[in-house]
Amino acid sequence: MQQTNAIRRLYRAMLRIRLVEEGIADLYPEQQMRCPVHLCIGQEAVCAGVCDRLTPADLVMSTHRAHGHYLAKGGSLKAMLAEMYGKSTGCCGGMGGSMHLVDLDAGFLGATPIVASTIPIAVGAAFGSVMRRENRVVVAFFGEGATEEGVFHEALNFAALKKLPILFVCENNLYSVYSPLSVRQPAGRTVTALAQGHGIASWRGDGNDVLEVTRLTEEALERVRTTGPAFVEFQTYRWREHCGPNYDNDLGYRTQAEFQHWRKLCPLERLHTRGLKEGIFSEAEIATWTDEIRSELAEAVRFAKASPFPASESLMQHVYAVPVSDTPHRDAVRQAA
Amino acid sequence: MARELKYYQAIHEATDLCMEKDPSVYVIGLGATDPKGIFGTTSGLEAKYGSARVMDMPCAENGMTGVAIGSALVGMRPILLHQRIDFAVLAMEQIVNQAAKWHYMFGGRKSVPLVVRLLVGRGWGQGPQHSQSLQAWFAHVPGLRVVLPSTPQDAKGLLISAVEDDNPVIFIEHRWLHNIAGPVPEGLYRVPFGKARVLRRGCDVTIVAMSHMALEAHRAAETLAREGIDAEVVDPRCLRPFDEETIFDSVRKTGRLIVADTSWKHAGFSAEIVARVAEEVGGSLKCAPRRIGLPECPTPTSPALAASFYPGVFDIVSAACEMVQGRRMQPTAANPRVHHDVPDPSFTGPF
Repeated sequence: MQQTNAIRRLYRAMLRIRLVEEGIADLYPEQQMRCPVHLCIGQEAVCAGVCDRLTPADLVMSTHRAHGHYLAKGGSLKAMLAEMYGKSTGCCGGMGGSMHLVDLDAGFLGATPIVASTIPIAVGAAFGSVMRRENRVVVAFFGEGATEEGVFHEALNFAALKKLPILFVCENNLYSVYSPLSVRQPAGRTVTALAQGHGIASWRGDGNDVLEVTRLTEEALERVRTTGPAFVEFQTYRWREHCGPNYDNDLGYRTQAEFQHWRKLCPLERLHTRGLKEGIFSEAEIATWTDEIRSELAEAVRFAKASPFPASESLMQHVYAVPVSDTPHRDAVRQAA
Repeated sequence: MARELKYYQAIHEATDLCMEKDPSVYVIGLGATDPKGIFGTTSGLEAKYGSARVMDMPCAENGMTGVAIGSALVGMRPILLHQRIDFAVLAMEQIVNQAAKWHYMFGGRKSVPLVVRLLVGRGWGQGPQHSQSLQAWFAHVPGLRVVLPSTPQDAKGLLISAVEDDNPVIFIEHRWLHNIAGPVPEGLYRVPFGKARVLRRGCDVTIVAMSHMALEAHRAAETLAREGIDAEVVDPRCLRPFDEETIFDSVRKTGRLIVADTSWKHAGFSAEIVARVAEEVGGSLKCAPRRIGLPECPTPTSPALAASFYPGVFDIVSAACEMVQGRRMQPTAANPRVHHDVPDPSFTGPF
């Protein structure tokens, strides 16, 4: 029964991410979402599976490809869309766009696009939580490219040293923009080996099997909640281009055959097959969920399009907490004039 | 007579008072808990507050800045220190891309109340990678506050302000100021950001001097007084936000500007000061402004080269003499061009 509910919940969560991302891809040519978008189509199982095992008190940090993590953690869809449309009702008031998402109420602490930069920050959030005796887990999502950054290793070293309650989740989708793993990391060495080198318990699994994702996440979280950091590497695949709404398998940096191989491993289709076969959900229910999600998205888009842009005065508003001008003298002169 | 403290003691006292008042304040840095206590600035703090609040760290400047940022996002108030500003170059990504921009790019949702203490080295052949004074880099970035106190009183007050401020603050200390003594009020007090200090009032020439050069400028003003030149010495104390009004008032009065910086002139903060003066009160200038800074090369190590590398009292005095009295000054026994490898006699190292 618990498994049945989990499968229904996970399928709907993945479906929601898939339909939202596809909806964004469809709207993007309107050129009203004027910021770079990095879609996670194909990688929904990692987003939904990991976040399904977290509590509201837990914190998540991510990167440029954060829509799925944000939504799965409970981030506001309206605020995300409005942000992408550059509106003042966006989650960052229009200051960040798709690459800088935040929803503090949902425990989504922030996502920034410099590769690996949020990893030490997530470790710091875990460190601060321990210092404040606040019982929570922090999750850092990143791609395998981030494991090449120096700061990744600095963060893991410190997490291991202090036995911090942090879960590192690596979505290994084999590519960093157009660069395959083979030009970036030596063959025969797994990403988990890097974490193990830092003395961090590691797991590795099929990122397109959402039940495996939840199972490994639970094992890893058990460790994080009791002992110290854990690292999970999920193998997955990005369907569309690195940045943008289109497919780019014709460019030649990866083969159609490879894409088709991964396409057949679609996380939704795999769970769909099982769910129908075991009578966990029906086509009619999926159709209902699809309609509900499409309505939700349509409403969010309506909200975003109807929302105002930030006023020009807000340009300088948030440079500092408690605004202090860099030129108080000239401001006074300008105001007097 | 107010009690006197050395600059390093003032920093220590500020840290102690802030930690006593607010349990979310903690100190972290390579060697923060060393027997030398970062030149005395952190001595005894671990014993008093425990290793959960005063701690050493792995040799990972960028990562640990990220860790400090993350801890600040969940409510802590870290004081992160680097024994040389040169080491912070490794941390520029987290300081500039993350800490400085966090409040802005997330639409004001959260700020990063981080203090980064940075030390400027000088002397004893420390050379190119242990002697830089990179305030211009940090001052260039919106979202950071940048302070560089030159007196013990300002060091304490500005550090307290820095810890209490909810924004990332870059706190630059010069190693040769650490052993300078001066009056320091007791208890908690704040020196506000964006307010310059007039160290000496005068009417013939304005000398804007920052960090250790403020000390040199003050000494230069004494020499200039004997030469019949009345110098006004202004220490900006804070580069972001920057108190331009005090400097404008001074230049309107004196009509002459010298800017003395601890770093290179080319694209240095001295350029910013001259630009603003030219823009706003250029009409008051009786002659072209002068900037005093380092030669355009990294700091040499050999004492033979380091001896003539740093500008000092003589350079400020001779610039002022040329500008005010139109005469060239030669070094004399009374006004030597002394370049030294060690600061005050009171300074006993280590460097």
